Amino acid sequence: MIEEVGTTAEGDLVINVGPQHPSTHGVLHLVITLNGETIKKVEPHLGYIHRSIEKMCESLSYRQFIYVTSRMDYLSSHINNHGCALCVEKGMQIEVPARAKVIRVLMDELTRLASHQLWWGAMAMDVGALTPFFHAFRERESINDIMEETCGARLTMNYMVPGGVMVDIHPNFQKRVKEFIQFFRGKIDEYDELVTGNVIFKSRMKGVGYLSPESAVSYGCTGPTARGSGVSCDVRKLYPYEVYGQLQFEEVTASGGDCFARYMVRMREMRQSLSIIEQLIDNIPEGEFQAKTKAVLKLPKGEFYSRVETARGEFGVYIISEGATTPYRIKFRSPGFSNLSALDHMARGHKIGDLVAIMGTLDLVIPDIDR
Amino acid sequence: MSKEELKIRLAELFPAAVFEEGAEWTTVAIDAAGWEGFAREVRRAEGLEFDYLFCVTAVDWKTHFTMVYHLTSTLYRHVLVVKAKLDHEQPVIRTVSDIWRTAEFHEREAYDLMGVVFTGHPDLRRLFMTDEWKGWPLRKDYEDPVNMIKL
Repeated sequence: MIEEVGTTAEGDLVINVGPQHPSTHGVLHLVITLNGETIKKVEPHLGYIHRSIEKMCESLSYRQFIYVTSRMDYLSSHINNHGCALCVEKGMQIEVPARAKVIRVLMDELTRLASHQLWWGAMAMDVGALTPFFHAFRERESINDIMEETCGARLTMNYMVPGGVMVDIHPNFQKRVKEFIQFFRGKIDEYDELVTGNVIFKSRMKGVGYLSPESAVSYGCTGPTARGSGVSCDVRKLYPYEVYGQLQFEEVTASGGDCFARYMVRMREMRQSLSIIEQLIDNIPEGEFQAKTKAVLKLPKGEFYSRVETARGEFGVYIISEGATTPYRIKFRSPGFSNLSALDHMARGHKIGDLVAIMGTLDLVIPDIDR
Repeated sequence: MSKEELKIRLAELFPAAVFEEGAEWTTVAIDAAGWEGFAREVRRAEGLEFDYLFCVTAVDWKTHFTMVYHLTSTLYRHVLVVKAKLDHEQPVIRTVSDIWRTAEFHEREAYDLMGVVFTGHPDLRRLFMTDEWKGWPLRKDYEDPVNMIKL
């Protein structure tokens, strides 16, 4: 890989960005071919944090493997766990108690908020505004504190288990979430004032990194990346799981297809998440938080696929079972992997400075891509 | 299109296709040699239009490999699962990266971890492993005494 640095026969400059680069948000390595300042080709080199999680899962039981999945998309760990728990429940035909369903959705949406907050701060930092990063982390801290109180963890939650959630919510949970909503409603408006309307920010975002709806579908993009191109792909709406079908919320799409459209989708999604949390926080049903399940889970022979909407898009879990206590083969369809594959297509023809903005709006989490 | 309708339509188009019963989605097993033609047809045919390939999985069954393709249509929202059996000694199948661009990365992953070769692929190289890596880590017979994968 190293010998790829230098100039090509046509006189193009080949440079490396990463794997240790602040704007790649992790160990992503890009080999970029430049003509002057214009990008001719972007080639991602992956694997710097590949842990072969799929292979590991083949020797872990159906209760254990969920813990490993928190380490994939560490900003959506609740939602990763959720997808895995759903898949095991589908195979075992476990009925999840109503209380657990609502708690799960609440946790998912809080996770989505925390993830989008971090993205917003990092995104603004990528295009040269440092202040938003501190704002975002300040607000994200409140969510982490709420999570910590209930799950005991701040990043790798491992809270959702087959049959429900691991422990009941903390007595302070409802009170603190309500306080947070109150506090964060004002903050989103502040976010908009600080960044969204900024002229320099807009000029860095508008018309950059265009992705047509056809390309978004062909490249398998999901989540805010595809919805920024007007493709409706929200798993929560299309294939509702848990209580999403009974909730009032909009699937946020934008038609621009550029960085600014993707940015706006995430900003508006934060408000939708707040609204979902508001609808549920006073309506958590009483009862069990976990269904009674056997100590050792054995999925019947067959194939099970479940999908959930993480902060980055559609996360799929595909389990092939041979009737044993461990999966025969497990495949994680991670949203970041497909979204990244569109990067080359989006970046060609743009200046190298724009690449950072495009990557920012893809909201890449590298462990999710490498697995 | 409902699961049954989809099955009838596909049976008309591809008489050789074998359907698997009891699965969540319409599941069809096809001959690996006919995969390219099958893929082009389901992508194009009116009423099917499977434009979105959302998951590509290679499975090592010790005696053979199976490629599993999960397809859906953003227009009709029906799902189709296609399976193709490959030889264990020489697992080869035609690429579909020219039909669904997302396949380019997914197929590179399957090559890297399972050693499945995709003919016609524009850039078939290791994706996660280093270029000089030996062996195919996700295969069932893969042993690595240095890097712990099996727990």
